[in-house]
Amino acid sequence: MSETGIRIEGLRKRYGEGDTAVDALKHVDMYVNPGEVVGLIGPSGSGKTTLLKCLGAVIEPTAGKMDLGGTTIFDTVWKIPDLRELRRDSIGFVFQSPYLIPFLDVTDNVALLPMLAGVPNARARARALELLTALDVAHRAKARISELSGGEQQRVSIARALANHPPVILADEPTAPLDSERALTVIRILNEMAVQYKTAIIVVTHDEKIIPTFKRIYHIRDGKTYEEAGEGRDV
Amino acid sequence: MINLASRDIFDSLGKFVFTGMGLGLLIGVTLSMAGIYRGMVDDAKVLIQNGGADLWVVQQDTLGPYAEPSSVRDDLYRSIAGIPGVAEVGNVTYLTMQISHRGKDTRVMLVGFEPGQPGEPGYLIAGRPITRSHYEAVADVKSGLRVGERIRVRRHEYTVVGLTRRMVSSNGDPMLFIPLKDAQETQFLKDNEALLNERDRTAANPAFNRPGVPGLLEAVQASQSTSHFVNAILVRLSPGADENWVAEEIRRWKHLQAYTKSQMEEILVAKLIATASKQILMFLIILAIVSAAIVAFIIYTMTMNKIREIAVLKLIGAKNRTIAAMIMQQALSLGLIGFLVGKMAATLWAPVFPKYVLLLTEDAVRGLFIVLVICVIASTVAIRAALRIDPATAIGG
Repeated sequence: MSETGIRIEGLRKRYGEGDTAVDALKHVDMYVNPGEVVGLIGPSGSGKTTLLKCLGAVIEPTAGKMDLGGTTIFDTVWKIPDLRELRRDSIGFVFQSPYLIPFLDVTDNVALLPMLAGVPNARARARALELLTALDVAHRAKARISELSGGEQQRVSIARALANHPPVILADEPTAPLDSERALTVIRILNEMAVQYKTAIIVVTHDEKIIPTFKRIYHIRDGKTYEEAGEGRDV
Repeated sequence: MINLASRDIFDSLGKFVFTGMGLGLLIGVTLSMAGIYRGMVDDAKVLIQNGGADLWVVQQDTLGPYAEPSSVRDDLYRSIAGIPGVAEVGNVTYLTMQISHRGKDTRVMLVGFEPGQPGEPGYLIAGRPITRSHYEAVADVKSGLRVGERIRVRRHEYTVVGLTRRMVSSNGDPMLFIPLKDAQETQFLKDNEALLNERDRTAANPAFNRPGVPGLLEAVQASQSTSHFVNAILVRLSPGADENWVAEEIRRWKHLQAYTKSQMEEILVAKLIATASKQILMFLIILAIVSAAIVAFIIYTMTMNKIREIAVLKLIGAKNRTIAAMIMQQALSLGLIGFLVGKMAATLWAPVFPKYVLLLTEDAVRGLFIVLVICVIASTVAIRAALRIDPATAIGG
């Protein structure tokens, strides 16, 4: 595992051109170390989602530099030829809604990622089961997604994000649909997984319940990030 | 790697199978249309085959007994029988008419023939051949008649003594075979009132009722009430005889038209049912287009219902070909289910059709191939839409 989880320097993103151009990200600097969970907080329209999309290699930044897991993936232009492969192997995604594949059972939802990376089915399922056990949902391994509770679904989506042992996980409002207890459980799991798998995790959130749990927080406002120390409350 | 298509199908199997069944019924109709065409062609070929003739002799410049009205003298067979190579000759009449049977009207083609000569029914499946000179009939089983039943044809009653099969006109009307003389009377003779009227008119005509010419009026009136015409003369050739030569002899010296078996087949298949087959072809094309549109619509809808899942798949690194394969496999599965249902439906309902429906294995194989091609083409619309889905939509914002 590399020493750098996420490192962003001077990241900019402009939508449109000329008079209609909008600078969604004006200057973003941030870093997240392996095993660390940081919060990204900001009002609507501040650029959170744009930053997540840039980090997730689904939109191209206008300028700046991004390193993921010690590899420069963007420096004015993409440095990685296959962004799909980058997303598959190096970035885990956790969404507000779990967005699990409804026609696959719990195990295969998690095993799908390693399978897409070419891992044989049996090994991919074994890895999935290992993660489901770590996340305490192994007893639902053969269940259909529709049979799971919201909290269980979110755990499965975290297991899926971890399935290829990526150096980075991007979590977009992962606790929004959950009650306080479940939201804090998800954050506890993310912290545990970050430490266990040396993963750098960014959690985009508005959720007042979980903000005090972060040791470091990035505020984003008008396309710029400001770092501040968080309370780091124990969960 | 997991087969995403099969997982999706099995996840909503009921919905998928019902959709496939709906499509299958449409494919069943398409296969039946092809079967109707094949049945028409086969009926025509069987009609020619079962007649037992090698040549059809008909009125000059006509297309013969099935395609155009033809009328020739019934004594011409004698001179044709004298042509070298001719083994047997038989007069036949054909008349499409309606008969009443068990309170229902049945459309039949009335065939007059001479027992033992070309033109008689090919084989019987029940009863016996006609042995009397009058008022006995052999019917195609499709007419619904049974052995022993009595039916009225114009002014006489006939007893059905035998049943045959696959003897239908080009319109699909079952044939009813009766003795030639009876058929001539049915076809050419007028009703009693008309005969009386005609006699009176003839008697009033001074040209036919001349004083001092005894017997003239009676002779003219007798000629008006008897018929010596038939629609065709069927010729069976001796083994080794050249059909083209004999046909040419008849055309040249007898001033009649003579068709060989292949020419008659050409008339029946290429000319007589040509419009019907074009009609069926148009139906087949329309049904193929409708099927393609339905498959495209179903697959497109199924794909669009999975926008979020596809966006997630793309986001987590699924390749385009994985997503395209999923959609195409679903389309092919739908086509396969549809085809199986369609084939079963067509096989089940084919015997219920009033006309003969011939479902050939080669047509089924061709149909399956076309269905699969249609599915592949139809799925491209959904694949294109799926590949346009932005993985960023999974992140939202």
